[in-house]
Amino acid sequence: MQRFLTVLILFSLVVPLASSAMAAETDSIVVYSARKEHLIKPLFKRYTQQTGTEIRYVTGKAGALLQRIKNEGPQTQADLLLTVDAGNLWHAANEGILAPIDSPALESNVPDRYQDPDNRWFGLSVRARTIVYSTERVDPDNLSTYAGLAQGRWQDRLLLRTSKKVYNQSLVASLIEAHGAEKTKKIVAGWVDNLAVAPLSSDTKVLKSILAGVGDVGIVNTYYFGRLQKENPDLPLALFWPNQDNGGVHTNISGGGMVAHADNAEGAQDLLEWLSSAEAQGLFAGLNMEYPVHPDVPAVEQVQNWGEFQASPLNVATYGARQAEAVRLMDQVDYK
Amino acid sequence: MRQSRHFPPRIVAWSAAGSIGIPLVALVAFWGHVDATIWGHLWATTLPVLVKNSVVLVVGTGSFALAVGTSLGWLTGVYTFPGSRLFRWALIMPLALPTYVFAFIYLGIFDFTGPVQTTLMRWFPESSLVPVDLRQAPFICFVLGLALFPYVYLMAHNAFSSQGRGVLEAAASLGHGAGSAFWRVALPLARPWLAAGTMLVVMETVADFGAVSIFNYATFTTAIYKTWFGFFSVKSAAQLSSLLVAVVLCCALVEQFLRRRSRYAAVGSARCLSPHRLQGWKALLATGYALSILVLGFFLPVGQLLYWTLRHWSTQWSAEYWGYLGNTATLGAGAAVLITGIALVLVCIQRQLPAKDITTAVWISRLGYAIPGTVLAVGVSIAAGWADSITAAMSTLNRWNVSLPTLQGGVAVLVFGYLVRFMVTGVNTLESGMQRIPASLDQAAALHGSKGAHLAGRIHLPLLRSSMGTGLILATIEVMKEMPLTLMLRPFGWDTLAVKIYELTSEGLWEKAAVPAVVLVAAGCLAVTILCRTLPKNDVE
Repeated sequence: MQRFLTVLILFSLVVPLASSAMAAETDSIVVYSARKEHLIKPLFKRYTQQTGTEIRYVTGKAGALLQRIKNEGPQTQADLLLTVDAGNLWHAANEGILAPIDSPALESNVPDRYQDPDNRWFGLSVRARTIVYSTERVDPDNLSTYAGLAQGRWQDRLLLRTSKKVYNQSLVASLIEAHGAEKTKKIVAGWVDNLAVAPLSSDTKVLKSILAGVGDVGIVNTYYFGRLQKENPDLPLALFWPNQDNGGVHTNISGGGMVAHADNAEGAQDLLEWLSSAEAQGLFAGLNMEYPVHPDVPAVEQVQNWGEFQASPLNVATYGARQAEAVRLMDQVDYK
Repeated sequence: MRQSRHFPPRIVAWSAAGSIGIPLVALVAFWGHVDATIWGHLWATTLPVLVKNSVVLVVGTGSFALAVGTSLGWLTGVYTFPGSRLFRWALIMPLALPTYVFAFIYLGIFDFTGPVQTTLMRWFPESSLVPVDLRQAPFICFVLGLALFPYVYLMAHNAFSSQGRGVLEAAASLGHGAGSAFWRVALPLARPWLAAGTMLVVMETVADFGAVSIFNYATFTTAIYKTWFGFFSVKSAAQLSSLLVAVVLCCALVEQFLRRRSRYAAVGSARCLSPHRLQGWKALLATGYALSILVLGFFLPVGQLLYWTLRHWSTQWSAEYWGYLGNTATLGAGAAVLITGIALVLVCIQRQLPAKDITTAVWISRLGYAIPGTVLAVGVSIAAGWADSITAAMSTLNRWNVSLPTLQGGVAVLVFGYLVRFMVTGVNTLESGMQRIPASLDQAAALHGSKGAHLAGRIHLPLLRSSMGTGLILATIEVMKEMPLTLMLRPFGWDTLAVKIYELTSEGLWEKAAVPAVVLVAAGCLAVTILCRTLPKNDVE
């Protein structure tokens, strides 16, 4: 028994020592990323080829990574935080874990509405959250705005993803910004009334449920549509750009910011600038069929074929500021 | 028992339980500040429904798992019927599949976008019965129950095969049939084992987030996540989680109270009694029942996984998967050794020092299982932060200029997280194993002057060998399947198969996630197969 205990204690000492020995490496850039590995790895590879700088990264959920950086405090290894959704970036900045970057390159590559007014985060790709409809059962002339989906005509025909998803929280936040809380509440309540089935767990499920005939219209991010379209070019679904005369299409970003306690601040800034450069933008957005944030870089052909649209002029930072309000509002009208 | 000179048992027990409890303390510490607007909002809108949903889910899943696990444990424990030898171990196989994998497979097959309902809709376009939205409590309880019943089954099978046969003989000699022997004798006798197994199911269901979010079924954990990621209040999220722990603690206390004066040691040996042979329609029924559970709980989901894997293997598989598999297995085995070792020490101390505070210490050690992984990760990383600031303070004091390694960002924190979360698997298995060793044995040993570490090492340890094996494998499987803790605490280069599954499923790429899932399930099956070898030998006729 005693020998057993001794072995146990030794073992529990050796494990942490061994692990911390492996942790010390400098000069490399450390990235915490909520953007998925397969979307960032090819870019990091190219960056390393060009600069010789090693990039180490760990992926995870946005909120959890943010909390991890916060818990790690000055000890953190993170230099750069990459995440999806402006709300998450806004919140990271609000928590004080991001440091402002003064960079002419980022200023010129990233339009004002896709970056933090205080320069703590910058968008790297743009995604539109728009209306998708069945080309077999819906006349696009009946579609107009996000608010229009609350009309009686869509009774039992609308499909939505869960309100737990930050994309929907940001969408509702932008509606609050545009219409005020009272009117937005009516709109969202109208959506809930029109639902064909209880909210679904992913945008892909929304698309597939329209295909299965469970509902006729839905709200999705464009790249999910792009993925299905790639598998089946004759998909009986189409995208509709709402609010073209009033307010524009709701767009959101994936982006990044330098961690306040970064050991390699220079490296973090350089990587962020490179990711926003014309050279990297095509790949960054193209890998996920998103829109490049850089105004001079065109989207990939499949994305271009969905047509031009008027995007909302709101600064995406407002999504973060109004997110808690949006969540409360959706709870109140029982949007699950 | 007098305290041993070498390892004062009480100190050992409390320092083990204490360090496991630190992350829980870190969570409770969040009660320092209560955000009234968030609590008020939750209370006024979603919370009552979420609590109701959680209760429904726990009761439904728990009773389903209890019924299936107990009935199959009884059948395979005391009878032989066609295929019973196969069922004995194959029925543990569902454990190899994580609940979130179960969820996306079952939804993939039976949802209104899946093959079953789309085919039905094509055949009966006018029918009002399809499409049907299966994302409701009964279906979710069914799926979770299928995934989790092996915990009850394992315990039930052990209990019934060691005492059930004797009970059957004794009952028969008193003129009672098998049914009455089961309900009136075997079932009450097996209660500690059934309770331990059901407790695992309940705690796992309470803490589940992955599976319920695939069904978009709102439970109490939903409120936790919404509070954290929607309102950005990790404080309120931690407060909500600590309520979960309190609920589980209450359930446990009630259960302990209900069997407060009972002893459950096996009397005599069951080894000499051979299982009864079922014949005729009874045998047919038993085989059919066990087979249908096995198909639903293992062959159907694995078949679907294999089908998806074949379709996506060429695009999805890469040599990197070997690395993920290696990490998964290393973490699983490493954490399991620690878990079982510490559980063994705790249980041995509890045996020889039957004091209230030791029981409490052992209870604290298993509470982590009821906390959703992501929230527990916050507690663990805060605890690691505390430890680091203490070592930092110490290194400024010492004069040798030895800089102690920091814990944060190291794999030790992750392994510690596993320990906190899965201690229960080790403790429960070893505790129920210990209960089967009659107290008379300890008394006999005491007459020969054996006590303390000697008694534990020479008498208990050999008798617990099979329970240790079971605990070791159960913990390995649990750690390999674990996703949220791993996601949040792993250092660079420690991506596991579960992390890979997360990356794909969170993008809605369910079918592609089948590739890492299949590898994970294969590793799990291997572990389960080894587990079967650790089961009591009296099974083998």
